[in-house]
Amino acid sequence: MKVRDLITEAVSGVGARPARTVLTIAGVVVGIGTLVTTLGVSATAGNQIAGRFDAATATGITVHVPVPTGKDAPPAVSWSAPGNVARLNGVTAIAAWSRTPEGRDLPVRANAVRDPTRILDRLLPVLGSTETLPAATRASLAAGRFFDAGHVRRRDRVAVLGALAAEQLGLTRIDNQPAVLVDGTAFTVIGILGTVGRQDQQVLGTAVILPWTAADDGLDLGPISTVAITTALGAAQLIARQAPVALDPNDPEGLEVDAPPDPASLRGGVARDVSGLLLILGLVSLIVGALGIANVTLVTVLERTAEIGLRRAMGARRRDIAIQFLLESTVIGLLGGIVGASAGILAVVAISVVKQWTPVVDGTLAAASPLVGALVGLLAGLYPAMRAARMQPVEALRGPS
Amino acid sequence: MTYVLELIAVNRVFPADPPVTALAGVDLRVRRGEYLAIVGPSGSGKSTLLNVLGLLDVPSSGNYLFEGAETTTMADRRRTELRGSRIGFVFQSFHLLMYRSVLENVMLGGLYTGVPAAVRRTRAVAALDRVGLGHRHRFLPSRLSGGERQRVAIARALVGDPALLLCDEPTGNLDGANTASVLDLFDDLRAAGATLLVITHDATVAERADRRVRITDGRIS
Repeated sequence: MKVRDLITEAVSGVGARPARTVLTIAGVVVGIGTLVTTLGVSATAGNQIAGRFDAATATGITVHVPVPTGKDAPPAVSWSAPGNVARLNGVTAIAAWSRTPEGRDLPVRANAVRDPTRILDRLLPVLGSTETLPAATRASLAAGRFFDAGHVRRRDRVAVLGALAAEQLGLTRIDNQPAVLVDGTAFTVIGILGTVGRQDQQVLGTAVILPWTAADDGLDLGPISTVAITTALGAAQLIARQAPVALDPNDPEGLEVDAPPDPASLRGGVARDVSGLLLILGLVSLIVGALGIANVTLVTVLERTAEIGLRRAMGARRRDIAIQFLLESTVIGLLGGIVGASAGILAVVAISVVKQWTPVVDGTLAAASPLVGALVGLLAGLYPAMRAARMQPVEALRGPS
Repeated sequence: MTYVLELIAVNRVFPADPPVTALAGVDLRVRRGEYLAIVGPSGSGKSTLLNVLGLLDVPSSGNYLFEGAETTTMADRRRTELRGSRIGFVFQSFHLLMYRSVLENVMLGGLYTGVPAAVRRTRAVAALDRVGLGHRHRFLPSRLSGGERQRVAIARALVGDPALLLCDEPTGNLDGANTASVLDLFDDLRAAGATLLVITHDATVAERADRRVRITDGRIS
């Protein structure tokens, strides 16, 4: 016998009983699906949990300062205010900056040559910052250095470029002391930022960062718009409450504070993630069980063709046959539910003993489990019972005895 | 009323291309207490006739009166009730439930006609005594000989006290000795007043009946 013939026979065997094949395949589909889902969902949930804990350990606070209402109104946060926050216990770094308003970025170019065939001007956000920005935003420097307090005090016209901004302007090295023209004013580039550690401050990568004093002279960026604070581990909640008062004692409510989530709500979120995942796995297993019952009951119906015929000959109505097989699958489901609930409770107790926990069992759920099992069995028995009831006694009696 | 059943010009045509005529104008009357054998080669329409007589199938045309009641116009449910209560079936391959004891198998007779379990048990014990298996109540069918199995099946058919005992090749799976014991049992039942209709292709079985009817190509002769 050739392999090809064998395959032909096998495939026609699979196709000969479509309903049974579909049920069998469905069992495998859900089984394999469960396996893949388990791995996938647990990895995803693990990632989700890791993400939450990462956010929890994050110690970054951002304070957004509203734009002053009038042109002559005093700024909400003065440039000396960040120094007040820096003295709070738990603050490890603080930086403040003003920036060009959203949508009003300034034209920046890398040299003064006028070449009509090329677009040289890039519209980039321009920041006037305090010298502490790298520490407060966990930014590294890819090249050169950041400006220091001396640059700020002397109002030096120096600039540090974000990584993307440098790429757009075509600057890759700074040892030849390149200059950038910001809205026509020249600044010497002394450094290029590398990666920015804080996920909420990625805008820095595209920005041109100047000492706030120099920016104030020529570019009129205005007062502080953003304050970035990095705190010691666990101090974020406290500092988030104290910082607005230190920054703007007159109107602390006017400042908008982005702080990391509260650990208590975080714990709840993680618990919900985990129990949600387990619930999904439980439901999937239940579906696999239902398909198993359906398949076995269907095989039973086919095996007991002669019995069905006999019962019909002895005066059983279609309804009697259907009810018999429905009851059989329901009883199987009920027994499964009882044994499953008992095993589940024992497992919880056993795990608790090993881990020295106090077991907590939901009594209602344990009591309802047999009913759920019976319901699953009933649903799984619907199709086989229908098949059994549809059988003609004439045909059934000629089946195997 | 002397007839248990009357077939009048019964036809049974199976839809196919071309249509298959399994029964053509069959007329048959069976008296109460009669022992009738229907003989014919395979493919002659025996099985179709059995199904029609057993109310498992409905004629395409013609009339079938069972104990004077017209069955061809009955609702399916009413016909099922009649089949369960008035006809006892005996099959070639016995159709016993292999996982139930002899007594439980016999008690299945009358299950679907609303007889209480206690009554069915009493009747089953009596029926088993009648077929000479009163000592085998607790046995499983797998431990019985072929003849004993068929006698259990006959006891099951007798439990409901049917008007007609319809036997389809009752000795087809039995050897000579067992065939003889089953045929002796039929004689005893006949003597006790039962109405027996045996469908067979075996001449020695047919010999024992009061009357023989031959069926060939769907026609009675």
